[in-house]
Amino acid sequence: MVPEIGHFALILALCIAIVQGVVSIAGAQLGVKSWIAIAKPAAQAQLLFVATAFGCLMYAFIQNDFSVAYVAMQSNSMLPVIYRISGIWGGHEGSMLLWVMFLAVWTGAVAKFSKNLPDDMIARVIGIMGLVSVGFYLFILFTSNPFDRLLPPAVDGRDLNPLLQDPGLVIHPPMLYMGYVGFSVAFAFSIAALLSGRLDAAWARWSRPWTTVAWMFLTVGIGLGSWWAYYELGWGGWWFWDPVENASFMPWLMGTALVHSLAVTEKRGSFKNWTVLLAIFAFSLSLLGTFLVRSGVLTSVHAFATDPERGVFILILLLITIGTSLALFAWRAPKVGMGGKFQLVSRETFLLANNVVLVVAAAAVLLGTLYPLLLDALGMGKISVGPPYFNAVFVPLMAPAVFLMAIGPITRWKQASVPDLVSRLKWAAVIAIIMAVVTPFLMGEWGWLRPLGFGLAFWVMSAVVIALVERVQKVKQPGNFFSKMIGLPNSFLGMCVAHFGVSVFIIGVTMVSSYQVEKDMRMEVGDTVSMGGYVFQFNGVSKVKGPNYNANRGHVKVTKNGNVVTNLYPEKREYLVQTMPMTEAAIDTGLFRDLYVSLGEPVSGGAWSVRIYYKPFVDWIWGGCLVMAFGGFLAITDRRYRLVSKKQQDEQAVKDREEGEGVAAHKVATSEK
Amino acid sequence: MKTRHKRLVIIVAGVAVLGIALTLIFKAFNSNMVFFFSPSDIQAKQAPADRVFRLGGLVEEGSLQREDDGLTVHFKVTDNAYTIPVTYTGILPDLFREGQGVVAQGKLAPNGTFKASEVLAKHDETYMPPEVAEALEKTKQQSAASMSQQ
Repeated sequence: MVPEIGHFALILALCIAIVQGVVSIAGAQLGVKSWIAIAKPAAQAQLLFVATAFGCLMYAFIQNDFSVAYVAMQSNSMLPVIYRISGIWGGHEGSMLLWVMFLAVWTGAVAKFSKNLPDDMIARVIGIMGLVSVGFYLFILFTSNPFDRLLPPAVDGRDLNPLLQDPGLVIHPPMLYMGYVGFSVAFAFSIAALLSGRLDAAWARWSRPWTTVAWMFLTVGIGLGSWWAYYELGWGGWWFWDPVENASFMPWLMGTALVHSLAVTEKRGSFKNWTVLLAIFAFSLSLLGTFLVRSGVLTSVHAFATDPERGVFILILLLITIGTSLALFAWRAPKVGMGGKFQLVSRETFLLANNVVLVVAAAAVLLGTLYPLLLDALGMGKISVGPPYFNAVFVPLMAPAVFLMAIGPITRWKQASVPDLVSRLKWAAVIAIIMAVVTPFLMGEWGWLRPLGFGLAFWVMSAVVIALVERVQKVKQPGNFFSKMIGLPNSFLGMCVAHFGVSVFIIGVTMVSSYQVEKDMRMEVGDTVSMGGYVFQFNGVSKVKGPNYNANRGHVKVTKNGNVVTNLYPEKREYLVQTMPMTEAAIDTGLFRDLYVSLGEPVSGGAWSVRIYYKPFVDWIWGGCLVMAFGGFLAITDRRYRLVSKKQQDEQAVKDREEGEGVAAHKVATSEK
Repeated sequence: MKTRHKRLVIIVAGVAVLGIALTLIFKAFNSNMVFFFSPSDIQAKQAPADRVFRLGGLVEEGSLQREDDGLTVHFKVTDNAYTIPVTYTGILPDLFREGQGVVAQGKLAPNGTFKASEVLAKHDETYMPPEVAEALEKTKQQSAASMSQQ
């Protein structure tokens, strides 16, 4: 019964989304007030129904209703409740439902928090998001319905893939999807602006906080995914340039470009049509990413053959979205123009350079991800493009971008002078060069990438500090440095924090890739190995039982200078339902290093093959992502967004009162129309 | 400088940078493409001798041997028509099993042994790498065709 209610709620949500999409946009274009007024309630109703559908699916999972095919595929009665819930987004159908629910959440949020926007604009935005939802509802209902029944019902479920039974996977997909879907807001704003022909600074100001929030979620989501891969896949890498990872990284690159381009559009009115284009690309790549990962295209293009309906539907949806928005862009954008002029040396130029590099980087990732699929689809042979390609492309592309990243924020808009920049940044250069030389020296090993990495990281870090100090010195109010700094606009502080996060990230990456020690070896009970100043002693393996698995648990004692640092217990698990072996690494996390131990397999005579890694500064990689995301959070709490909304709320309150009084008059006026 | 000149400088510089970036990308792409071959392809001398490529097929039953160091393994990859011996040093992935599909990346040694630097098996018990599935399908069809000719 409950799954049918869910199914029905989903159909209702589709109907409402159609109304929301068609009526709101038509109303806005034709100027029909009563149609425009439908947008907000429709968005809220749609959210209500899709949330009901989601709740029903969750109920089926928690109640172990194995008469629902999707539940039977993804869950099992022995599965802990938390993983039954996260099992909802463990497969294709459920994750699509989560996706469309998040889309409704974002739409609802736009409806709620955009009181300061003109009604017709808001109706267009909500309408466009409604149309996107329609596509997704159709996709879910016709090709991937999570409520399909299984007759006869399964006795028990096939269980969630053991790799996904992990706290990281409980929150990773929701974060990622919030990011993906969040770019739909920027997309909808751009299309709405194109439709209305009103592409001005106000549009960028409205769109900007939403884009930043989406970017923030995506940053955290990707970071979580990387962290999960690190500790769960059992071989200690943090990024594999796997197509699935690339699928999330491309929208991030494009979104980062968009965040910066929006800054220029808001502040200076420049880059207008470029910003619109970026918003379209960012969302298109989000769509592409979702589908690549979830449709099975990546496992093989032949997934199209096993489920041609799904694949074709996906392609059509992608083509419609990208095609219509680009057509609209081509039609409208020439009238918009680039906007404000600027000199060769100016903040605009640096931001433009940053944009170009990020877009080229995204294109490079796209090439490496799609080209093998394309070749395969055309029957021209099978190739794969691995990390060497991406590393070879990314380092030389990103190095100049990071170099410019330090200069941009302290450069004046419109026109700046090179000698001035040089004199303000000279200390940053000095510190960067010193650290570039000293750090590899301290760590004891050289290589050409190391000075580059450390130099760039400290170059950005010191430039951030310089930018902060300069801004604080300009503050007129009395107070100490710290209180003055706190008083600076949050958007500026957010930018500083985010850039600081980038340098933390670079330090982490450079340290790990340069100074990690990885050893695979055969160890007998009592064998020791030393690494990075630590001594690892293998003390054998014992059997343990988990809720839905049996495991061999190793014991590795770690000592430093004779003192016990920690005891690590890596496991080799055998999950009962899927009879799948899994490596559970044991990690001792520290600010400056991780100690990573995982079990290989038993070899002759009680010995095991064991993997022992020493990973300096590895947590700085994810720490850097978190710091970047926190920078985004600071930026959206900026006073000017709050002020505007507060002011508008007051105005709205006044308006409401007036409207209440003027209802009769208004009615007469509309009936005359 | 006049505005027009400045714009020219920007455009030229932009195009130059873009050109360099694209050259870099395509060069890296060309030198890092990894092709996939089946044992039959290798038998037919289609695989390059000096380049990294991927070999896929089934791990032949009973072919897995481990050296005394516990880490170096020897096994054979077959597509049911031909087999190629493979050596690998390191810890095999969780899902590596005899009789199951596998993809190995590495180089062909002069003695005909494939020296793998990486062994891949995906995270699903029922998973068969699509390249492997297709290669097996191909040899199956070929043998069926040759049998019918006989």
